[in-house]
Amino acid sequence: MGAPASLELCGLELSHPVINGSGTFDAIAARGVFGDALLSSFPFSAYVSKTITPEQRAGNPPPRLWETPSGLINSIGLPNRGLDGFLEGDLPKLAELPVPLIVSVMATSHGEFARLVEGVSPRAEVAALELNISCPNVESGLVVGESPEEAAALLGLLRPLTEKPLIVKLTPNAHPAPVALAVEAGGADAVSLINTLRSTAVAPGGAGPWLGGERGGLSGPAVRAVALSQVAEVADAVSIPVIGMGGIARGGHALDFIRAGATAVAVGTESFRDPGAGARVARELAAEVDAEGLESAAAARGTFGQRGPDRPENLSQNP
Amino acid sequence: MTEAPLGRRLCELTRNVESGGYRIFSVLDADGPEPAPGQFCMLATERGWGGEDGRPYLARAFSVAGAEGQGGGVRLDFLVHGVGPGTDRLASLEQGERLWVTGPLGIGFSGPRELAPDAAGAILVGGGIGVAPLAIWRRALLAAGTPTRVLLGYRDRERSGGLDLFDCSEIRLASEDGHAGHRGYVTDLLAVLLEGDDASSAAVYACGPPAMLEAVRALCLEREVACELAMEAPMGCGFGACFGCAVPLAAGGYMRLCVEGPVVRADRVETALVAGSGH
Repeated sequence: MGAPASLELCGLELSHPVINGSGTFDAIAARGVFGDALLSSFPFSAYVSKTITPEQRAGNPPPRLWETPSGLINSIGLPNRGLDGFLEGDLPKLAELPVPLIVSVMATSHGEFARLVEGVSPRAEVAALELNISCPNVESGLVVGESPEEAAALLGLLRPLTEKPLIVKLTPNAHPAPVALAVEAGGADAVSLINTLRSTAVAPGGAGPWLGGERGGLSGPAVRAVALSQVAEVADAVSIPVIGMGGIARGGHALDFIRAGATAVAVGTESFRDPGAGARVARELAAEVDAEGLESAAAARGTFGQRGPDRPENLSQNP
Repeated sequence: MTEAPLGRRLCELTRNVESGGYRIFSVLDADGPEPAPGQFCMLATERGWGGEDGRPYLARAFSVAGAEGQGGGVRLDFLVHGVGPGTDRLASLEQGERLWVTGPLGIGFSGPRELAPDAAGAILVGGGIGVAPLAIWRRALLAAGTPTRVLLGYRDRERSGGLDLFDCSEIRLASEDGHAGHRGYVTDLLAVLLEGDDASSAAVYACGPPAMLEAVRALCLEREVACELAMEAPMGCGFGACFGCAVPLAAGGYMRLCVEGPVVRADRVETALVAGSGH
């Protein structure tokens, strides 16, 4: 088996193509649980922080989870220490990780988004920022990630504030390609998708929603086919790198996302089932690449859209 | 607390025996460290995890009920009761089959003197499947020479397992159907004990259904008796990643039970009746 191939992602040097999805791996908590083994065998080639917001948030009341067929609805509500708490308390600990740090930020107004970017971006420990735009802009009432115009306006504001790479996390709850094109035109360095799918669950034996936050986001293998389709569509539309995610649990899934056009992939919910999933997926991906006789995972990128001569015409037929 | 190896590992089931309607599992963890009493593991079967309707999907959290060094590794004991797709699948595992183990995880019990400087002994209060972590804790307390009383309660005969994990002669039982010991709640037994002169010198440790834990919490707070609860909340991961197992704190806000518990001081939480637990 070949070693996982290193790659470059909008200026970041990654030792392999597998990173984590924001909010699916708390490296600080994990260091307490697994000790220094977490640093010597860190599962991901870059670390994306949980989303931070301008002010501290406690998160949603429980219950926060609902298991679905092959997946999970979460309604966590972005608990975090806020910008100041993050910079003082979390950032020094995250700086000890052996991989580049990508900080995920979210706000509900342009001013607050700018405050986050201006607060996080100058810190040397931060390699890149990910903009979580699956939130409403309180000034317009529109969800930024569901409106190309809103997304373009946000990038227009934030792009001049930092030299560091800006990755935009796209929501699957709206047609993602127009938003991807808008943020690319606005100067985004990469896009990542998919975020979770809006979903809910009925409380057992009673009326009403199960989740304390009423609605949540679906993730896990249940969303993989949707994610793969959206990644392929976005990768076809834009020329900036795409970070693909959604139900990736094995190396073969990661290779599928790369074939669909992803430069890198993220493992999210699978880490809940296996804390070492990121490293395992990277190993399995390298083995898949070898077994396929490919030079590297990158050699497979985008091949999904190229119809081969022996491709069956009936696309609805499963093998 | 004992640190867990990074990642899940495949372990062999060496025992699956019936015990009062529950199953006692023994798992040979060839590489794992010995857990501290009160810690837990996330368990999932190697095969058939995700059956009818695509569930179970996530691993399930189980308190360690016993642990003993065996052949370079450690034998872990768990108490399992099938109440849903995950626990049903686990309960059906046969000896020799394998399961995924992540752990040991979480913060376990504090010694009586850590809870209360003048504590002279321990009172363990267990209910139903919640007797599991008290079995390993009792063994540690005995080894340390701590006077320990054990009160266990069950709803009915069909759900009264895990006694085999204890030395029965020292246990005071309660059952709601009256099939064994006091007819009523285990908290009735605790209330009587706490009336006694030595109540103020005891530390109480409890694990059981949310309503029982809340009753124990209220009793101990009222009588100013030091108390730790081994709590339950729906856990997605067990190591602080998913933020699912939120438990409301008395001081406001939430904690993640998997990394700040599952054993918590009774006065630290707002309630033991956490929405979503028991499912």
